[in-house]
Amino acid sequence: MSEPLLSVKDLRKHFAVRGGILSRVVDKVHAVDGVSFDIAAGETLGLVGESGCGKSTTGRCILRLIEPSSGEVYFQGADVTKMNHGALQALRRDMQIIFQDPYASLNPRLTVGAIIGEALTIHNLAASRQALEDRVVQLLETVGLQPDHMRRFPHEFSGGQRQRIGIARALAVEPKLLICDEPVSALDVSIQAQVINLLEDLQEQFGLTYLFIAHDLSVVEHISTRIAVMYLGRVVEIAPARDLYDTPLHPYSEALLSAVPIPDPTVKRKRIMLEGDVPNPIRPPSGCHFHTRCPIAKPDCSQRAPVLEEKRPGHWAACHYRG
Amino acid sequence: MALFSGIALALIVGAVLLGPLLWPVPINEIDFTAKLQGPSWKHPLGTDDLGQDLLARLIYGGRISIAVGVAAMIVAIVVGVLVGAIAGMASGRVDAALMWVTDLFLSLPQLPLLLLVIYLFRDSVKGVLGVEGGAFVLIVAVIGGTRWMSAARLVRAQFLSLREKEFVEAARALGASRVRQVVQHILPNALGPVIVVATIDIAAAIIAESTLSFLGLGFPSDVPTWGSVLRDAKDYLDIAPHWALFPGALIFITVLAINFIGDGLRDALDPRRVL
Amino acid sequence: MAEPLLDIRGLKTWFKTDDGMVRAVDGVDLHIDRGETLGVVGESGCGKTVTARSVLKLIDMPPGRFEEGKILWQGRDLIPLEQDEMNKIRAREIAIIFQEPMTSLNPVYTVGDQIAEVIELHQKLSRKQAMAGAAEMLRLVNIPNPQRRVNDYPHQFSGGMRQRVMIAMALSCQPKLLIADEPTTALDVTIQAQILELMQEMKERFGMAIMLITHAMGVVAETCQRVTVMYAGKVVEEAPVEALFGNPRHPYTQGLIRSIPRVDRAAEKKQRLEAIAGTVPSLLDPPPGCRFASRCKFAMDVCTQAMPPLKEVGPGHYVRCVL
Repeated sequence: MSEPLLSVKDLRKHFAVRGGILSRVVDKVHAVDGVSFDIAAGETLGLVGESGCGKSTTGRCILRLIEPSSGEVYFQGADVTKMNHGALQALRRDMQIIFQDPYASLNPRLTVGAIIGEALTIHNLAASRQALEDRVVQLLETVGLQPDHMRRFPHEFSGGQRQRIGIARALAVEPKLLICDEPVSALDVSIQAQVINLLEDLQEQFGLTYLFIAHDLSVVEHISTRIAVMYLGRVVEIAPARDLYDTPLHPYSEALLSAVPIPDPTVKRKRIMLEGDVPNPIRPPSGCHFHTRCPIAKPDCSQRAPVLEEKRPGHWAACHYRG
Repeated sequence: MALFSGIALALIVGAVLLGPLLWPVPINEIDFTAKLQGPSWKHPLGTDDLGQDLLARLIYGGRISIAVGVAAMIVAIVVGVLVGAIAGMASGRVDAALMWVTDLFLSLPQLPLLLLVIYLFRDSVKGVLGVEGGAFVLIVAVIGGTRWMSAARLVRAQFLSLREKEFVEAARALGASRVRQVVQHILPNALGPVIVVATIDIAAAIIAESTLSFLGLGFPSDVPTWGSVLRDAKDYLDIAPHWALFPGALIFITVLAINFIGDGLRDALDPRRVL
Repeated sequence: MAEPLLDIRGLKTWFKTDDGMVRAVDGVDLHIDRGETLGVVGESGCGKTVTARSVLKLIDMPPGRFEEGKILWQGRDLIPLEQDEMNKIRAREIAIIFQEPMTSLNPVYTVGDQIAEVIELHQKLSRKQAMAGAAEMLRLVNIPNPQRRVNDYPHQFSGGMRQRVMIAMALSCQPKLLIADEPTTALDVTIQAQILELMQEMKERFGMAIMLITHAMGVVAETCQRVTVMYAGKVVEEAPVEALFGNPRHPYTQGLIRSIPRVDRAAEKKQRLEAIAGTVPSLLDPPPGCRFASRCKFAMDVCTQAMPPLKEVGPGHYVRCVL
């Protein structure tokens, strides 16, 4: 296999929890606890999991918006975690991010034109004012907005349109990899489909590679080539999207899939109900993090942490007893 | 309310600026034949114990009082924004140190401090800048220097929340430098509440100046300000109440108007209304 | 046929704003029979939440006001009722749970206190009996160690557990109708599944009716018997759940159902999602005619001239469309 575009190896991020009057470090949150995966050029890797599983932190560590505690992130063969300022600046042209909240992600005091044009200014990608404006217009049209929108302010737009502005901003530097952090979960259903379709079109048009982070399995399932399922800071399963749906190996993936409501009253499924809540990531359970809620847990699951193994071709899972 | 206050304030500021053209009576013209007179056509606001025309003195005094208010506000806001911005961006030890200084200033008793500083530095500053200029700079510096803390805390809080906002993160992802993040993205969004604080600071500074003048620590007594006129009037309250009434009313109306405008601005600048 | 439990007729709840009158709910008819679950679906701003709050008269007036219509609760119109009359109906007959389990509980009282307060208020019991009742309610909603947990504060509960507490509080007076306003939107899928199952269980135990307000078609398909679809302040379609998903008649309903990616259709996928173009129209002085006309694939001239009436197209299946 050719070299992957992005390769994440044993990425970890621990946040210090401060407490007491002296605000000393009293604990650590293991937000990302040894995550590894590859993304090939042109594919979409879906990263799913419930809130607090570390999927967004993983995305931000890859971009070094958050400094990872340890581990390596190779982008086109170079280790992002060891890049100096100059190399990182160059990386920002290849890797971009779009955010969940279309309201918080756009500066309310700038015009749409200034928001989209900012990257061009930072990286000196426009020779003149006119060139910059032309490029902004072109980007607006690419994401399905009107050229005259560039003089307006973000609050004049609906959620879906704002998300398009965010996408145009990310596309301005012609990135290779786009990290999509819950890009549709704040949108209404009918608007979600518009944005998903747009992302698919853009991928085809520009040959983009996506890391698609979301909690909504049906959306991830739809857009992804492969899917990684995270639970409490660890990847528990990675598989091609279809395999994951047809034959989920990890009991957590299985439960997660069965919990997704299907918009069809004639489909009756057996639901695997998980007991309890996601444990506190400050003190994750020993051994396999999932053993406290796992329907097939055996005593040694709390002793030994399973590692990701290739149980079937291309289908990796971290479970002692499945596959 | 804010609109009404705006009109009232505009009238006062306009009168103070244009007044000397419309009421060209010298402020120091002493006329003992007409001392302590009540309002009349010749002296619409009456006269003081030296027979000086009160209207002219209040117009002139208003210039100084309002100039002190605005200048002190600018000092307070510039210092406050700088301290707050540095603390908010730096975090860690720098932040802790700056906030410690801020708390220190907040816990100092203001008035005794003002008195002390003025006593200590009045003569040396006067020597450099002349009597009136020296008093102006000293008073502005002292009032501004003891009123920047609320702006600093506010700006720091704004910076702390704004720098975690996704649009700032997006700018970082685009490779924006720290200066660019602050100037382009954080500062403009932090200024709304600061403007509100600024208007209220003007009002507070006018009061502070009046207090200083009242205590005889402001400008030299031959230079009228609203506060010093009020001080001079205090001994004649029973004989010539108008003397104290007019400057008092002017301070009251101006400060009240500015505070109402501040409230109005707060509502107008509330981002929830923009969104 | 027996009289419905709740019968909303031509309800108009409008809000006066600086920009004009917002017709949030603009002529809504819906009814709920005893013991049934009615789903009210629609996107943000369609008026579903305002409808629900109107039933309990939880709308701030001003700016809101009831312009027209009746809310018949067991045949008695709630709109003219005074505050104290209304308080006898709230909680005891109609209870409500909200989307945000984080903010719906008062952080300075224990959950036991909060549930007991409701019981005390409405059932004239002593404090001690009420506290015992609170513990019993917590047990019913499957909170482990209810005797101990009554003395815990809301922040000591997770999001899912807090929603259980909210349900316990709502059911403590055994209401005949539970209004659930997006009860699972803020929760993760595995927790959502737990809460939906709990609501089902409680419904069977207490024989109450549920008005489930949601934007998630999947949730509706799995839990409701009948569905009302709202769009821009109007009911556009009402049908038994099988008919709605099997044979949606309104173009908006069709669009909603088809725009959701389906996790169970992985095998036949990689077809594009059918997005509904455009965005929800403004509710400020809406134009005459069908509110959906500007986004509708089938819109004709008549659609923009007059509002089509709700017409019956099958047993219990009504649609507001000229087609």
